[in-house]
Amino acid sequence: MLELSLHILDIVENSTRARAKTVLITIKEETEKDLLTLEISDDGSGMDETTLKRLTDPFFTTKSVRKIGLGLPLLAQAAETAGGTLAVISSPGEGTKVTALFKLSHIDRQPLGDMASTFIAMITGNPDKDFIYRHVHNANEYLLDTREIKEGIEDVEITNPDVLNFLRENIKRGIADIGAQA
Amino acid sequence: MTKITIADLKKIKDKIHSQTEMREGTFKGKVTVHMGTCGIAAGARIVMDSLMGAIAEADASGIVVTTSGCAGLCSQEPMVTVEIAGQEPVIYSKMDANKMKQVFKRHVLEGEVQTQFALARG
Repeated sequence: MLELSLHILDIVENSTRARAKTVLITIKEETEKDLLTLEISDDGSGMDETTLKRLTDPFFTTKSVRKIGLGLPLLAQAAETAGGTLAVISSPGEGTKVTALFKLSHIDRQPLGDMASTFIAMITGNPDKDFIYRHVHNANEYLLDTREIKEGIEDVEITNPDVLNFLRENIKRGIADIGAQA
Repeated sequence: MTKITIADLKKIKDKIHSQTEMREGTFKGKVTVHMGTCGIAAGARIVMDSLMGAIAEADASGIVVTTSGCAGLCSQEPMVTVEIAGQEPVIYSKMDANKMKQVFKRHVLEGEVQTQFALARG
């Protein structure tokens, strides 16, 4: 994968397949600490300890269609290449939290990429789920919560192209307004 | 500012309501973009963007867009499945933004299967 927003899309797809109802995506850029944090937490089915131990093994997967599972190993590799780490906390029935840390200024850190397209793909594929996107750049913060959007548009579907275009533009503007640089 | 307000959402809701009244919203078909790790790495998000853009451009209604995981044919990604009401599903492989636009226009809207991109039926 060439950008971190693609990893985020991939991990969120894991969350939705784990029957999560709400997924919180937090991106934090801290210039002084030279740290970029990606955090994806969900209220899905969670994992037991045996599964957790094998998460970054590319030859482990819970699926039956093929024998490899590259999502988390690729994210772990992206983090480690950029002087960071990957941590996963999970418990059955309670959900999962994936945290990836990157050295913000590391030359090998992948760019964050197109978060607006990632968010739109998440909503389009999973209109019945709720997503919260929080992007923090030092003291500035952008927040988007699909629960609020759904409440506001009432009987209009969140996948309506006009709604999606509105959200796409809002995300792009929001990220620019907080001065995000990742 | 970028904070979404109730007024913003009301405006967009009213606009959509006025448009919806002018056309029928019956189900025409479903397009599934395969979004496993392999699909995403191969460009499924670009395909999804292209599809959403084509739907908006054509002002098409009654099209359901969804995602699915890996189907086990990673080397054929990005893959897209088109299901038109009353017809067998068609799986397209090695898609890109332009192929997606063509499949949407010619197959989803006009009913002509784009066999040159198709991997399988059913």
